[in-house]
Amino acid sequence: MKTISLQDAVAMIPAEATLMVGGFMGVGTPEPLIDELVRQQKRNLTVIANDTAAPGIGVGKLITAKLLRRVIVSHIGLNPETQQQMLAGDLRVDLVPQGTLSERIRAGGFGLGGILTATGVGTIVAEGKQTIAIDGRDYLLEPALRADFALVHAFIADYLGNLSYVLTARNFNPLMAMAADTVVVQAENIVPVGVVSPDHVMTPAPVVDYLVVKG
Amino acid sequence: MLIASRIAQELRDGMLVNLGIGIPTLVANFVPKGIHVFFQSENGLIGTGPVPEPGMALPWLTDAGGKPVTALPGASTFDSAMSFGLIRGGHLDLTVLGGLQVDQRGRLANWMVPGRMVPGMGGAMDLVAGAKRVIVAMQHTAKGRPKIVRECSLPLTSNRPVDLVVTELAVIGFPGGRATLFEIQNGVTVEEVVAATEAELEIPPELSQSPIAKPEPGAGAMPSVGEAI
Repeated sequence: MKTISLQDAVAMIPAEATLMVGGFMGVGTPEPLIDELVRQQKRNLTVIANDTAAPGIGVGKLITAKLLRRVIVSHIGLNPETQQQMLAGDLRVDLVPQGTLSERIRAGGFGLGGILTATGVGTIVAEGKQTIAIDGRDYLLEPALRADFALVHAFIADYLGNLSYVLTARNFNPLMAMAADTVVVQAENIVPVGVVSPDHVMTPAPVVDYLVVKG
Repeated sequence: MLIASRIAQELRDGMLVNLGIGIPTLVANFVPKGIHVFFQSENGLIGTGPVPEPGMALPWLTDAGGKPVTALPGASTFDSAMSFGLIRGGHLDLTVLGGLQVDQRGRLANWMVPGRMVPGMGGAMDLVAGAKRVIVAMQHTAKGRPKIVRECSLPLTSNRPVDLVVTELAVIGFPGGRATLFEIQNGVTVEEVVAATEAELEIPPELSQSPIAKPEPGAGAMPSVGEAI
């Protein structure tokens, strides 16, 4: 794990990169990294996230700034700008059931090629997908998801990069921290090694590549 | 609220329950006295409590709409894979969801109106596919048009039929894949239910009136059943 400034962390991200962004309606989203993406005008990004939050919040800021060409999300209902850009043909929106999305990301980080889920069988989600019957029940084959970068929000990071999350800000963060080539963490608190006891480490340090230092 | 109080009668001690937004959320206000129910928010919380007092909200303790909540004693938090493992893995006893349409066999459409409203399915498809029991809470009609129809014109949420639909007029189930009138709400006639329903309804000869939950003393500030809707 290396420490890095906010500016340098975002400067690493090329245009057209695929990013996983932690958070659920902006809760548990690393807002400073989002703001810096907007400031540096990183364009044509693909974002994998639970949702596009709302204007002015989390991924919603990337939508407003028109930095995205594609999103892979479970929900866009609270961000009318996402719908407008989608209808105008400026933004591709892939809607994925939330449990399928989280499990595809988990598979991507856990070395699995994909998952089998009954969610979506018999709906338009199943279109173009392989159906596999196991013990008489139909499942959809859903491929794993990975990204170039994961932008992760933690409540506590220690100096080595061990992470702990808080309450409902955990959501997709620990899954995404496993599923990207480069993992960048913004933490509310950066603490000496030992402050987080081993049982309370939710993401072990070796998977973290960069910890954004406080400005 | 008539619909929510009727659904609350389906709650049993120790159940893990996920409530959707809208009418389903109100079910939490009618939990029968003496039973304890675990409420899940799919963003990663079991033990969701009421809205915090002014000035006491924590930005990292929220419901599935991103709004601040509290956590009850005995609450637990977890990541999204665990949350949906609970939902799909046979651990969720009951989900209560809103509905746009339900077809004759009990299949639900509740996540999009093509070309008009495309919010995304969020957790709805997983909840219907995975919960042990699915109850739909909705108004019987929308702008006078039946919502319980022969075939859904809107995209389905799942091919798994729901267990119960509770409206302000009736309680409808789907035994043997056929829409069947289980109960009519007080003051409603069978003819009124049939007129407001497009699907063919099986009508058992002995049809009960909905048992109306008496408002529990101190059960919260919700209006009593008599003043509902």
